[in-house]
Amino acid sequence: MQVPTMADMMAKGENPDILFWVGCSGSFDDRAKKITKALVKILNNCQVSFAVLGSEESCTGDPAKRAGNEFTYQMQAMMNIEVLNAYEIKKIVTACPHCFNTLKNEYPELGGDYEVIHHTQMIQDLINRGKLGLEESGSFKGKKITFHDPCYLGRANDVYEAPRQLIEKLDAELVEMKRCRTKGLCCGAGGAQMFKEAEKGNKEINIERTEDAIETAAEVIATGCPFCNTMMTDGIKNAEKEGTVKVLDIAELIANAAEL
Amino acid sequence: MNISILFFCIIASLGVAFFSYNIWKIRYNINLGLALERKDQKRKRLKTMILVAFGQKKMFSRPIPAILHLCLYVAFVITQVELLEIFADGILNEHRLFKSSLGGFYTFTISFIEILSVLAFIATIAFLARRNLLKLPRLNMKEMIGWPTKDANLILIFELILLVCIFTMNGTDEVLFQRGASHFSEGTTGSFGFSVSSLIGPLLFDGFSTHALHIAERIGWWGHLFMVLGFLNYLPYSKHFHILLAFPNTYYSNLDKKGKFTNMDSVTSEVKLMMDPTADPYAAPDPNAPPPSRFGAKDVTDLTWKNLMDAYTCTECGRCTSSCPANITGKLLSPRKIMMDTRDRLVEIGENKRKNGKDFDDGKSLLGDYISEEELWACTSCNACVDECPVNIDPLSIIVDLRRFLVMEESKVPSELTGMLTNIENNGAPWQFSQNDRLNWANEE
Ligand code: SF4
Ligand code: SF4
Repeated sequence: MQVPTMADMMAKGENPDILFWVGCSGSFDDRAKKITKALVKILNNCQVSFAVLGSEESCTGDPAKRAGNEFTYQMQAMMNIEVLNAYEIKKIVTACPHCFNTLKNEYPELGGDYEVIHHTQMIQDLINRGKLGLEESGSFKGKKITFHDPCYLGRANDVYEAPRQLIEKLDAELVEMKRCRTKGLCCGAGGAQMFKEAEKGNKEINIERTEDAIETAAEVIATGCPFCNTMMTDGIKNAEKEGTVKVLDIAELIANAAEL
Repeated sequence: MNISILFFCIIASLGVAFFSYNIWKIRYNINLGLALERKDQKRKRLKTMILVAFGQKKMFSRPIPAILHLCLYVAFVITQVELLEIFADGILNEHRLFKSSLGGFYTFTISFIEILSVLAFIATIAFLARRNLLKLPRLNMKEMIGWPTKDANLILIFELILLVCIFTMNGTDEVLFQRGASHFSEGTTGSFGFSVSSLIGPLLFDGFSTHALHIAERIGWWGHLFMVLGFLNYLPYSKHFHILLAFPNTYYSNLDKKGKFTNMDSVTSEVKLMMDPTADPYAAPDPNAPPPSRFGAKDVTDLTWKNLMDAYTCTECGRCTSSCPANITGKLLSPRKIMMDTRDRLVEIGENKRKNGKDFDDGKSLLGDYISEEELWACTSCNACVDECPVNIDPLSIIVDLRRFLVMEESKVPSELTGMLTNIENNGAPWQFSQNDRLNWANEE
């Protein structure tokens, strides 16, 4: 797969328009890697001039900061900012709302000022500018799709429309869960919960949330976050619905509909 | 001087003085918090306050309580006109001082107040029923047992009595006027023509003797005054204090994106030193540097004044808790309890400091004695509580500051998170993968 790194570009004396921040999930998690690849296919198809940091990328520090370890977070942030500033990065796209939030809102105070967008916003822009056409008889035509709002995209950053408009571009029927948008229920992974067992309770949060999704009778649960994807996928397995309900990232839906 | 004027002035001054003293205490307590800059963007702040506090914007995501609450709120605000008149009458020993000067507008205003009061009466009954008969889950959770529930009911009963006083006062005065015995214009008969009391007054009070009516009218009038002064002085002890603090609290709202956690500048300077190869680790510390602060919060005095104002503003409505994913799934965490604990602890500390001096330490703290680690670790930082709160309270920032203390000062981290943190420090990812492999996905099928 054709993925230029910043170092390659630099060597050739080139400068990409935008940096694709892959993130730890997108780099290492098997499920999330598929989302990463779907996005790269879209970027390549639209001839977007982009690059990744590859082995020069490191965790943004988000889980450390949410867990209360500001030291680890700031060490990570400052290292990353050094790399980003050395490459004179201006614009960043990422498929992870946690990276998105940290890069966009928390790096500026440590000297990292970039225009940061979420991949759903970027894809929406590509379609609006006519760079990406979706097939007429798309595979999702008429299907019921519901969107699970990632907390760090929705409530944390007020991005609600981009992913929804993309679902509508698929000619699919967007069905909302009873708790959606500002009232969306967390999948249970934020705030470093992804990396630990939940505290004692009477239910797992992802199961509660998956029930909301199943109630809509949607065939696809769309998300825009690798953590949400994991949590919802586990929830669907738990409900033994793998056969009927798929959990897909918006990038995967679009790549699929554009037959990439 | 007329004895009733004297009595009035003494009662009213005592009421206002005691209230002012309590307000001073609360100001003192809020100022125990750490500094925080919230004076920028005045226009945006004003707009937020007008929409959220005046306009009750966030209430309307739950329409039924919103409408009930709106009745009480509007009635409360408008009734202050009548209270003004009570004060004017009390000081000048007049009777319905505003009527002659305002004429038709007076009739309109009081009529409006009366209609709103009827709505408020219905709303109050509905609120009592929701709490005590329907037992709405969010109003009957663990942290509400005892005083908080009594507090809520007491306020509602206060309100009912106040409303009864208003209608007694206006209803009896109406009948008196019809008999030509109202102090408003003795000798002439007539009707005040107020929307509700001109109808229910005669219905309820026609059988009363004129003497009894005079007494009942005074009971209504003084009752109104006593209820208002009592209420005023009850406020600082009650969740009902939100009717005042909702305004400054929304004005000083956090205007940043909710996902943005504060940057800890104290950490920044240390990390910069660590990363700076030219820094001399043995250099003498800057004598002008501020004393090292604690990392994170152990007690309420480590929180910002806004966190403390939040605590005093909380109305204990439980909207935050009922939308909290951790609470919904049976975990111990309740963002409402976080706010109630913060307030309780702040009141305790404030009392201690006033009694025993500024530096008194009772050996207790918010973390541990009020809020447990188990509660803190259940939070997903989803911001649902922050989004829900009708008066823009931010329980999450308290949770995060307490976590920071646990992690950075006490190294109390759930073991799985220790692993995650070590991985980030060693190989730049929360899992054990080498940083060199970050691009492997590009070559995998
Ligand atoms: S941010 Fe934490 S406390 Fe607030 S609703 Fe979410 S999980 Fe609950
Ligand atoms: S923090 Fe806000 S939402 Fe929660 S109980 Fe208090 S007032 Fe209600």
